[in-house]
Order: sequence, then structure tokens, then C-alpha cells
Amino acid sequence: MTLPPEAGAEAEAAIPEAVLAGAGPTEGRSLGQIAWMRLKRDKVALGGGIFLILLILVAIFAPLIVKYLGSPPNEFHQELIDTAGGTLEPIGRFGGMSWDHLMGVEPVNGRDIFSRIVYGSRISLLIAFLATLLSVALGTTLGIISGFIGGWTDTFTSRLMDVFLAFPLLVLAIALAGVFPDQAFGLQGNQLRIALLIFIIGFFNWPYIGRIIRGQTLSLREREFVESARSLGARRGYILRTEMLPNLIAPILVYSTLLIPTNILFEAALSFLGVGIRPPTPSWGGMLSDAVVYYTQPHFMFWPGMAIFVTVLAFNLFGDGLRDALDPRANR
Amino acid sequence: MKHPRSWRARGLAAAGVSAALVLAACGGGGGGGTGGQQGSSSQGAQAAFNAASTSVVNPSDKKGGTLKFANEGDWDTLDPGETYYAYSWNFARLYGRSLMMFKSAPGKEGNQLVPDLAEAPGQSSDGAKTWTYKLRHGVKYDDGTEVTSADVKYAVLRSIDKQTFPNGPAYWEAPSALNLPSGYKGPYKTPNMNTDSAIETPDEYTIVFHMKKPFASFDYLAQQPDTMPVPKDKDTGAKYRNSIVSTGPYKFEGLQPGKSFNLVRNDQWDPATDPNRKALPDRIEVTLNVNADDIDNRIISGDLDVAVTSLGVQPAAQSRVLQDPTLKDNADNPLGVRLWYTSISPTVKPLDNINCRKAIEYAMDGTAYQTAYGGQFAGGDLATTILPPSVPGYQKYDLYPNGPDHKGDLDAAKKSLEACGQPNGFETNIAYRAERPKEKATAEAFQQALGRVGIKLTLKPYPQGDYFAQYAGLPPYVVKNKLGLATNGWAADWPDGFGFLSQIVDSRVIRETGGSSNISVRIPDVDNMLDSALTELNTDKRNQDWGAIDKRVMEDAVIYPGVYSKSLLVRSKNATNIFVTDAYGEYDYLGLGAQK
Repeated sequence: MTLPPEAGAEAEAAIPEAVLAGAGPTEGRSLGQIAWMRLKRDKVALGGGIFLILLILVAIFAPLIVKYLGSPPNEFHQELIDTAGGTLEPIGRFGGMSWDHLMGVEPVNGRDIFSRIVYGSRISLLIAFLATLLSVALGTTLGIISGFIGGWTDTFTSRLMDVFLAFPLLVLAIALAGVFPDQAFGLQGNQLRIALLIFIIGFFNWPYIGRIIRGQTLSLREREFVESARSLGARRGYILRTEMLPNLIAPILVYSTLLIPTNILFEAALSFLGVGIRPPTPSWGGMLSDAVVYYTQPHFMFWPGMAIFVTVLAFNLFGDGLRDALDPRANR
Repeated sequence: MKHPRSWRARGLAAAGVSAALVLAACGGGGGGGTGGQQGSSSQGAQAAFNAASTSVVNPSDKKGGTLKFANEGDWDTLDPGETYYAYSWNFARLYGRSLMMFKSAPGKEGNQLVPDLAEAPGQSSDGAKTWTYKLRHGVKYDDGTEVTSADVKYAVLRSIDKQTFPNGPAYWEAPSALNLPSGYKGPYKTPNMNTDSAIETPDEYTIVFHMKKPFASFDYLAQQPDTMPVPKDKDTGAKYRNSIVSTGPYKFEGLQPGKSFNLVRNDQWDPATDPNRKALPDRIEVTLNVNADDIDNRIISGDLDVAVTSLGVQPAAQSRVLQDPTLKDNADNPLGVRLWYTSISPTVKPLDNINCRKAIEYAMDGTAYQTAYGGQFAGGDLATTILPPSVPGYQKYDLYPNGPDHKGDLDAAKKSLEACGQPNGFETNIAYRAERPKEKATAEAFQQALGRVGIKLTLKPYPQGDYFAQYAGLPPYVVKNKLGLATNGWAADWPDGFGFLSQIVDSRVIRETGGSSNISVRIPDVDNMLDSALTELNTDKRNQDWGAIDKRVMEDAVIYPGVYSKSLLVRSKNATNIFVTDAYGEYDYLGLGAQK
């Protein structure tokens, strides 16, 4: 490899990682290893990733955390509320913050905000993850089929995507969640609500990822290694599984990571509009919606707003970092 | 809390009482009325918290000046034949004169009915089925023509046309009310029908109403704005709301629908014919569709005088007013003729057993109910009866004492559960209106409080538009979905036992097809007691009957009374002669004057 004549600091950045890291004997590195190395160097993305892991742990161990650091999320603490003065605001500064109530308590009923935020993360993450999974599964399948088979199938699927993209999703979600019965498909109450939210959010978001996968498939289809596989007599199924899918993992991973925060926001929006999870089960959007009339009590709005903000930011930073690591050619 | 009209019941006296009707009234200080007005006018009852609830604040007889009103929404309609909000009935007295009216006086005195267009209260005959009124002479419209009894008859009959006026009260045409010929659909659609069987006008100053059943409290019907005369040749049906002919001291000017209108002096109004109105300000300006928080702030700053819907300040202004002593001294906290309660349905197992219902009465945390509605000032007082204290006939009693701190008597609740055969509690559901944060908070409070004795509640929100028509008020749906509890609320169209109780405790208003506000009370005794009370012409005895009905219903534990509603109102800086009338639980708009 010939180095350019003026080898400076700028040029060094352009040297492939394999060379930079090559202190020891040069080894072959897999795509995954290279990506991981790039990601490790992106401190911002790494920070986002660490936060997300913590958040997932918090969601999983919510009952344990609340047991030691809070009180049950639906428990009233009217003794912490100014009922005598009639304002119904939490007693004490910053919304009644104390060691027992790390983020203060809600006005009116005195529920512990910290516990509700912790439990709310379960709903947010559960719905966002499962809805993303649904979108990705649908989008990948239809995207690959559309791009790989082409012809009429492609035309039909592409128009279908257009239809879905043009759908007034929020309006449909509100209408559907409003008229849906209390019991259906063997589910009832909040289980049904969660399933419904996952369906609404997941089912109508697949075209975004579907289009990307279709585009990738179209370009991959014409690549040499696919053509050689085909010329060697490989069948469609084999080509799809062994030649195409591994090359699609990177975009799928990246766009899932970027879809999750969108879904968290969408879930919060639906809860905010009152068509989300049923009370008293805490959810971030629902808490925000409760807080709206108490804008003189900023702490009530601050914590759920902050939770949504930080989580979405972390997912986005991590997703961007992941994209840079897996696919450095892609333009930001 | 806007108007959920669609759930209005339409039986006799389809009182309906949209939730927005804040028929509040001052509860305490009964005697404050008579003494208050005279006594305070000399020394001037000055700024003290809740002073205007029982006496006149800043009394004055000075004429002139301008008052500024604002409404956070649009007026339902200014047409006296259709309007159905307490604030609007309060306000309508400025531009129209009905047969009877609530006296413009502070406190309980405001609850008295006085003749307005009529010379005297109605004379009954035929066992309280026929009611006769004599009209005052010399009352004129703003165009100078004199009001006749035919105009009053026409006004009442046109209000019956519910296709033209779908949102108005439905007392006149109810099955047991006016004796109208069958097939009568109002003067627009059936103009040539003879309606003398219902209303007779033997001469220009006499009007006679014929009811199908005895209606002892008829004077309350005669105070409805739909008895304000409407000249037939000026009536434009549904469009009349924009060109109302005034009979009161003020007439309309510059009406822009949905935006604003002004009231200016009506030079045809003769004070000699009207002992009830002072008519102090020269001008009243009303702005519509103003942001509610903005209204609060502008009243506090003195830029605006009255929040006309009188629903009480928003939470933001609430904490500001309660924490600032100066602001608090300029605020009032009247008690309303409204009860926020929860129905306990005996049709849902195991609540068919009275002991299980009693367990709920004992176990509920009353203070949590109170805070859910906004606490002791903005929410209201803890209720133990169905009739609020300001309604004549109210008797104080508490069948299910919930402990000294009102947080529930868990021992009594557990004993009731054992008696019911459910010592470990049971599971049921609570319905509430999804759009109402206060009802949601109430449902959450029930869930927490009842959980203490093992009663597991699941929350079921429903859209408020169909709450009574398709969900909580639809008996088969209640049974099928086990809606053991349902949050509910009621305000009377007028402060009277009939107006308050008939639609919520009479089992005959419950329809299997839904729509009734009475969800849980099905006691044949009570139905009979209601019928006999309506034939009682002695007001005091009749009021005792209402109290007895109230108690009989509570004995069955089918209603959990939550709070007697109160609202926090901020007094205007510019207005004079400020007092709350018991009849509406709002500042008396007829009494207000202006400094400038």
C-alpha cells in the first residue's frame, strides 16, 4: 500500500482500521469485529448504549428497585399533599422531593413519581420493542420479496407501501383505540391495550423499513457474488438465506435502533391523547397528560418528559453510532 | 366539563342537567341574606374570603360603568327557549323577563322565587294540575310593543319543538306535563292546532297552564327562561338567537356569533313594572372563546370582571389564589346544588347483596374522593346525603360513618363483607368518563381505598358522549360487563327536591335501552314517595318529603355520595354589589354594578 506523499494527521484518519490497530501480527477481522472496534471509539454512541442497557435493567428489575427506593406506584400518599391549604400541591420543595420520594410526588394523590417513572419504562420499552419487531419482520419480509422477485410483485408491494405511508396513522389509532371492545382475542384489560398499541404502532410503520430493505435487495441482487451463486445453480431460497440476508443485517439493525425511539414517542403520544394504557398503570405519556393541567407544578411534567427525552436521545445516538460503525459509507 | 347533552334523560322533567350546569349555591350562613344586604351597605362588607357567599361585597347603588364578561367557550345559545346552562339562566334575567324569577339577593334569599312578568306566584286549582298567572301591565319589548299573555304562550310552545331547539330543557312536553293535544309538534310544524287544552289565554294578561299530573312546584317551571315572551312576528326559529327581542333592562348590540356581543340599556324597560332589577351598569361586554387560564389572569389583574360560566378557576390560578392572602380575601367559595357521586349497581353480583354494597360505603376514603375533585375549596365538602345542604329539604345524617379522619372505617367494611359472605373481598369494575381527569382520579381513589379490604377494582374508562346511552347507563351492558361502580354527578336545574332527585332516584326513568342518569336506584318505595310529594302543596311538608326520600335511598346503599361541589371564584376589581346567589351558586349577574 502506497501512502500519499503528504502523510499528515488528516490522512491518518483515512487509514483503514486494520492497519491502525495492527500492532501485533495482522489477522483477518470479521465485519462484526471491525464494527465493534469502530463503535468502541464512538464515545457518544457508547454512552447511549450503556444508558439503554441500564434502562432495560431498570425495566426488568422495576419491582426490586421500587421496593428499595420508592413505594408502590399506585399507592396514594395524601399526607404528603397540601389538603389543608386546598392547593393539593405536594408539601415541600421541588414537588416534595425527599429520600423516600426521589422525584417528588404527584399533586392531588401523592403517588411516588420515581416509582411511576420506573414502572412506566416497562410499558414504553415493551411496546416500543415489540412494535419495532413487528415492523421489522413485516418490512424485511415484504421488502426482500419485493426487491428480489421484482416485476408485478414489486409494483404491487411498492404501491401497498405508498398506501400505508399515506395513511393518517394518528387518526386511525385514536379511532381504533376508542372503539375497541374491552375483551377480544382472549385478552382483556391492559393486556389487550398493549397488544392493540403494539399492533397499531408496528403494523403501520413497516413500509419505512420495507422501502430501505427493498432498495438494498435491488442493489444486492445484481452484485457479482449473487450472480455467481446463481450461475452455480443455487436456488432462490439458498440465495436469499445465505447471500442476501447476512448483507441486510446491518441496515436492519440500524433502522430498528432508529425506529424504537420513534415508537416510544408514538406510544407516549397515544397515551397522552388518552388512548394508551389504562390507568392507574403508569406510562410516561399518560403521566405527561396528567401533568398538563398542573403546569404550575413543573416537576410533575419534568420527570416523565425527561425520561422520554433521554431515552429517545440515547436510542438515536446509539443508532447513529451503529450506522456509522456498520456502514461507514452511508452519509449522515 | 362541557355539555354532554346526548346523555340527558328525557322523561318527565328531562332535567338532564348537563354536567356543565353548575347550579351551585351557597350553603352556609342561612341568615346572612336579609341582614347582609342592608347591614353591609352602610359599612361595606370588605374583602374577606367567601364574604360574597352570604353578603353583599362592595355595595353600591351607583348607575353607570361597563362590566366585562368572558366565556371560555361559545354560549350554548342566547335564545331563552333553548339555553340550558345555569350561568345562562342567571344571565338571561338581564335581557328577558320570565313569569317567575329567582330573587336577586345574596345567600339563601336568592333561592326565593319572586314574580317577575307575573304579578304574583301561580294560583293552583284542580289538585295542583291547573296553574294561573296574571301578567303585569305595561311591560314592553325593546321596540315599544306591549307584552301579552299570548306571547308567553307562544314562547313556551315554541320551546317544545325539539327539532328546532334540540338542546333545551324538556319539562313542558314531558309525558306527564302539559296537556298538549296528541301529535302537537310546536307552532312551526303544527301552527293551526288548538292548544287551549294545555295553555289558555282568556285575556291579554292572564295565562292558564293545564298539566296532566299534579305538579306542586310549578313556580319553578315558570321561572325557566322559556317563559320569557317572544313576539310571534319577530320569531325566526333557530335564528332567533341572533336577533333576540328584549324585555329586560338591557338589549343586544353588535352580536357576532362565536365572538362577542354587548348589552346596552333598553329604553323601553320601565322600572315601575319591575321591582326586582337594579340595572346598575350602562353596558355589559361579553367576549366568547377566551382561554380559561387567560380569563383567570385577567380577572386577577382587573382587566376583566366575570368568568361567566362560573366553573371556578383553573388549577394554576387555584394555587395562586389560595397561597396569596390578598388574592384569597378577594375570592369566594360557594357551595353548589351539585353532587359528585358514584352509583353502586345492585344488578351486578355480588353487589346484589346489600352488605357488599355497605362494605364499599364504609371502605371508601372520603378525603381521597374530595382531593380527586380538587380538595376542600375547588372540589367541595364531603357528602353523606344525596341532597346538598343548599337544597330545601336537606336533612343532615350519615348512615355510613367513615371514621374520625374520613379515611374509611375498615372494621365496619370487613364486618359487612363477612355478612355478605365475601370475607376476603371480591372483584368488580368501576366505570368513569375517560375525558374527565377528576373522575379518573376518583376511580383510582376507589381502587386504592377498596383494595385495603380486598375488593379488587378494575378501571373502565368510557367516552363521555355515550357514557349513559351505551355504557354505564345501559342496564344490560352494566350487568354483562360487571360495572359494579360508576362515577356520576348531578346538578339540579333548580334548587328544589324535585329538580334534584327525580332524575336520579326514580326507577321509572331507567330504560333498558339506556340513556338514564339513574344507574342504580330501583326502589319501588321511592317511586311512590316521589309521586305523593308532587301532590303536596305545602312547601314545608314537601321539603320534608324530599329529605325522607334521600334517606330511604341511602338506606339501600346504592349511591356513594362523594362531594357537594364547591367552586373557587375570583371577585372582580371593578364590579360593585357583588354577591353569590343561592339559586345558581354563581355571582348574581343581575345585581352587579360597575365603578367605571
